Amino acid sequence: MIELNNLSFAYRRKHPVLSNITLNLSTGHIHGLLGCNGIGKTTLLKIVCGIMRPDSGRVCVDGRNPMERHPEMLSSMFIVPEEFDLPNVSLRRYAAITAPFYPNFDMEQMLGYCRELNVDADVRLHSLSMGQRKKAYIAFALACNVRMLLLDEPTNGLDIPSKGAFRRLLAGYVDDERMVVISTHQVADVEQLIDNIIILDTEGVALNATTAEICSRLSFGRVSDGAEVLYRERSVVGDVAVAVNDSGEESSLNIELLFNAATANRKAISELFIR
Amino acid sequence: MHFNEEKPIWRQIYELIAKRILSGEWPEGERIVSVREMAASVGVNPNTVMRSYEHLEADGVIFNRRGIGFFVAEGARERMCAIERKKFIDEELPKLRERLLLLGLIIEVKSNSKNG
Repeated sequence: MIELNNLSFAYRRKHPVLSNITLNLSTGHIHGLLGCNGIGKTTLLKIVCGIMRPDSGRVCVDGRNPMERHPEMLSSMFIVPEEFDLPNVSLRRYAAITAPFYPNFDMEQMLGYCRELNVDADVRLHSLSMGQRKKAYIAFALACNVRMLLLDEPTNGLDIPSKGAFRRLLAGYVDDERMVVISTHQVADVEQLIDNIIILDTEGVALNATTAEICSRLSFGRVSDGAEVLYRERSVVGDVAVAVNDSGEESSLNIELLFNAATANRKAISELFIR
Repeated sequence: MHFNEEKPIWRQIYELIAKRILSGEWPEGERIVSVREMAASVGVNPNTVMRSYEHLEADGVIFNRRGIGFFVAEGARERMCAIERKKFIDEELPKLRERLLLLGLIIEVKSNSKNG
């Protein structure tokens, strides 16, 4: 369980990146963390894993402050940053050196993930392309079998077949004891994968709801001119919109539309999901 | 697996399983793949897959043996067929008819014609 209470952070005074973030992330879910550039998604992930300290507010990971860097917390959490440096050794060697910090690491599993993602665990990491390196790191991260896996823009740089493989691996990874948090702009890559959506904006958390809740309360798609909607935009097929779902049936989610709606009409959207 | 945008994903997985039961690929009385296996094979969140299973269970097509897994129910094929037939008639057929009319592949015959 990750609990954030009234969290704020600024790199420069009077220019807050995160303000008033109150958020609980529970296990059993793949959380999608969405927000415009510079809104603080990466900062939030770094605060959660104790790399950075918030200016104010409270962070609690399984009852502990991550800044304590308690070994138990560190061994149950893994973050794959958007950009990272790895030593110039093979992934197999890297894993052998680093795995002792993760008691549930499984080498055979990692090699299996490498096969799925089509990446060679026996060549030096610096001789791999950026995308290959990312896949290698994801394979290692998954094989650590941590309870809390944080992924910052994981699909950036991945080729098309790898995105499918990534989804299958993640869908097989999460269970009742584990959670995954994916920060991303590539919503199409993760639309069917995430089951809880968090939208951050300058005021804090604009939306935090499960995809099931969203689809039962909102509908997405083409509308006629006069229809009453919460948000509308032009597209090649005519106007598309987000409206209150009063059909009694679940709609089909469109995250891009949802995001634009939550940005343009924050109040109406967030009021629908007050818990 | 590719998903279309018109139906919720849980519904599409429901239909995928319905097809396997109708075709006999998953025979009555046999255990089906677990929620996790299904999630991992189609790359969909396991909670979403669970909802497909729950709907299938509510429709009496599969049942859960605690700690063992889900099984195809006796009479599932017939029940599934009835459900899918009703859905076809209620939802798909009207759309198909509209399209056929639009393309001139069928013509509407007014039953209360004066000369008739």
